[in-house]
Amino acid sequence: MFTQQLMNGITVGGIYALIALGYTMVYGILKIVNFAHGDVFMMGMFLGMFFTQALGMHYLIAFPLAAAATAFVGICIERIAYRPIRVADKLAVLISALGVSIFLQNFAMLVWGTETHTFNSGIKVQTFRLGSVTLSNIQIGVIVLCCVLMVVLYLVVNKTKIGVAMRATSHSIVSAKLMGINTDKIISFTFGVGSVLACVAGILVGIYYDAVYPTIGYSYGLKAFAAAILGGIGSIPGAMLGGFVIGIVETFGAAYISSGYRDAFAFGILIIVLIFKPSGILGVKHVDKV
Amino acid sequence: MKFLNDPKKKKIAYLVLLVLLAVFPFVITNSYYLHVCISIGVYILLATSLNLVTGFAGQLSLGHAAFYGIGAYVGALLMLNFDVNFFLAMIASAVVSGLFGLLLGLPTLRLRGDYLAIVTLGFGEIVRLVFVNWAEVTRGPLGLPGIPSPSIFGFEISGRTAFYYLVIVLVLITLFVMSRIVNSGVGMAMQTVKIDEIAAESIGIYPIKYKLIAFVVAAAFAGIAGCYYASYIAYISPTTFVYNTSVTILAMVVLGGLGSIPGSIIGACILTLVPELLRFMSDYRMLIFGALMVFMMIFRPEGFWGASKRVKNIYKIKAGGAKNGSDSGDNQRHD
Amino acid sequence: MAQILETINATIKFGGLTAVNSVSITQEEGEILSLIGPNGAGKTTLFNLLTGVYRPTEGNIKFYGEEITGLKPHERVAKGISRTFQNIRLFHEMTVLENLLIANPDCHREGIWEAVLGGGKLRRKRQQGVEECEDILRAIGLLDKQEELATNLPYGKQRLLEIGRALATNPKLVLLDEPGAGMNSVEKEELSRLIHYITDDMKKNVLLIEHDMKFVMGISDRIVVLDHGEKIAEGKPEEIQSNPLVIEAYLGKGIPEDEDD
Repeated sequence: MFTQQLMNGITVGGIYALIALGYTMVYGILKIVNFAHGDVFMMGMFLGMFFTQALGMHYLIAFPLAAAATAFVGICIERIAYRPIRVADKLAVLISALGVSIFLQNFAMLVWGTETHTFNSGIKVQTFRLGSVTLSNIQIGVIVLCCVLMVVLYLVVNKTKIGVAMRATSHSIVSAKLMGINTDKIISFTFGVGSVLACVAGILVGIYYDAVYPTIGYSYGLKAFAAAILGGIGSIPGAMLGGFVIGIVETFGAAYISSGYRDAFAFGILIIVLIFKPSGILGVKHVDKV
Repeated sequence: MKFLNDPKKKKIAYLVLLVLLAVFPFVITNSYYLHVCISIGVYILLATSLNLVTGFAGQLSLGHAAFYGIGAYVGALLMLNFDVNFFLAMIASAVVSGLFGLLLGLPTLRLRGDYLAIVTLGFGEIVRLVFVNWAEVTRGPLGLPGIPSPSIFGFEISGRTAFYYLVIVLVLITLFVMSRIVNSGVGMAMQTVKIDEIAAESIGIYPIKYKLIAFVVAAAFAGIAGCYYASYIAYISPTTFVYNTSVTILAMVVLGGLGSIPGSIIGACILTLVPELLRFMSDYRMLIFGALMVFMMIFRPEGFWGASKRVKNIYKIKAGGAKNGSDSGDNQRHD
Repeated sequence: MAQILETINATIKFGGLTAVNSVSITQEEGEILSLIGPNGAGKTTLFNLLTGVYRPTEGNIKFYGEEITGLKPHERVAKGISRTFQNIRLFHEMTVLENLLIANPDCHREGIWEAVLGGGKLRRKRQQGVEECEDILRAIGLLDKQEELATNLPYGKQRLLEIGRALATNPKLVLLDEPGAGMNSVEKEELSRLIHYITDDMKKNVLLIEHDMKFVMGISDRIVVLDHGEKIAEGKPEEIQSNPLVIEAYLGKGIPEDEDD
């Protein structure tokens, strides 16, 4: 039972971590919270479904196309809704993001309806027993894919030229610009990468739970955001850690205490951690310069 | 709006507005319009109270609907289970919501902007989950039906017209209290906390104290709004007190103009009316609404009625002529 | 003379950097004490220790003999320490008068019920507060600008207003962090008069950080020199001017005549 729940927790946690990375990368660079990110995740999910079902593509072609389309959505959001007000008040950006979120949800409702769809990706679910633990091929896929993507992201940020530019931009947009970095391009790239990760998470959730609906981005977005803050927003390893912690805590809470309060455990632990360590588990403490 | 700078003309304008509001139900008998007005009234209570937290004390709260919900449930349960009079229930709603505000605020108000937003958001979710799951008391997703109407001295306030007048009274009381708070040392201290916490500390202001005051007062007024709403609709369920409601209230405050009481009123009016007006294009209305929010922030980020136009000081007492330069200070400063 | 301020081995470390290292200073009642030293010497950090923005890693701070090391910034203001900032931190969106009013202890101690209920007593208290601020406005020469937003004042006036705001808290000791920065020579003369007004007429004490050596030497009763977070010298202006350690700290520049930063 314990190991089984742990595996389930890690699966969900990996998905949260993938979405949380989008929040944390954008925050790291622009110091804003992209409140529409949960809906980007939802769009990724629908696009994955759309390419496989409506257009009848094989998932090996459909999913990369969906990821590219989601990246396009993410980049457009930044171009239209954030770039013109980047320097303005944080609240303005927040309201703008909420507007985008409402827009995307209603867009999905108009195109695909409000009902719950099945995902039908063409991937068959198979289960294995390892001792007392039951795992499905999809669960294993989720865990492996999450780990691979995180390692790739880590390498991109730390070992490539564009990664250096990203870190420079996150340190200071103004100085990065002076150093000849095209910061607008870096910001677009960041939104693109975050959106691709959200799309992957969306497709994985679609296959794993086989249910797609327009408001799904809300609860996943919230919990992934909680994960990003829990780990220390702006920190990439923090987002991964936060995702797994939230996934495991809510799975155990739901299994051993009460399933009705599943979401409350995630937020409960977040509030407790923030009270004792306001910058999150791996976050850097912010010191005001006086 | 220049004529509003003259206090005398301003008073006349307010009076005319009051008379118009008073005769409105006699002129417009369509109960749908009355319902829209009542909704606006409830949202004015919610928006002006949140404005105290976000507009004046500068704290981003995404959980205002939780306090609204707590007020609604406390009021409804007291009226249903213990036959408590509506007005007493309303006071209880305010007190309990305020206490929850204190409970949440004490440990969390030291957190900075985005973190406080997520904590209040999480609090809102937890409160909603309690409404859903504490079925013995709240009947869970089924909600609480049959909430009684208020009565004064044996006379029952029922029907939309009566509720219309009740909400107007509540709005006026709220606006009076809010403008008094805002135009006082307490309100000024809140604003220093918003502008620069370190500078505020350097002149002896303890930021957390003022954030807490704003938080608790706002929670209490949201509680009042909740109790009123419960009695008016006569049925409450957890679906009303969700994140989306918190966001809508925040959007009213920001679109109206942060830190401006008339702004919050305008925001409440517009964000209640626009979706109603767009009803003819039912499928597209929320889509358009979302896009409007984005464009508004791009082209007019200070909101419809920003707080930047003022010149006078909060006390309306002039130095260098202090002996004769004061007028009552009841009027709203943010014009 | 009574000792008003004393730091005993005040030390603060940020990670590996020791910004202030075991600094002990004292200030006597009625004297104008100045902190000087090259950029990065730890002067402002010492101010932050005195006002409670930072807690010292080691050491103690006493005010009128009373231990204040553990007090929060607003509690120290209540004890009678107020300050200005190197980078002006006015409440820009507020008027000149409001900037002073809100610093007035009676104003921000207004209770919430009192504010809602209003009444004559409150109005008289507010009137009193405005009159007190009026005196300060007159002293800093901004009486006619009281309804202007702080952000619309010229730079030099903003510095004066910040000093006024510090005075409005009714302090015993005012810490001025580079009050003359960005001022021209006429404004500096005004500033010098204001500082003397604060000490002689208002009977308050002044501790200041300043880079303009001519200004410092002219106004200070005593000077403490910091370098790399350590106290390297202290004494009367003429002693400091001829102190070889001080000259060495400023090496390459000599003792600058006029340095604006």
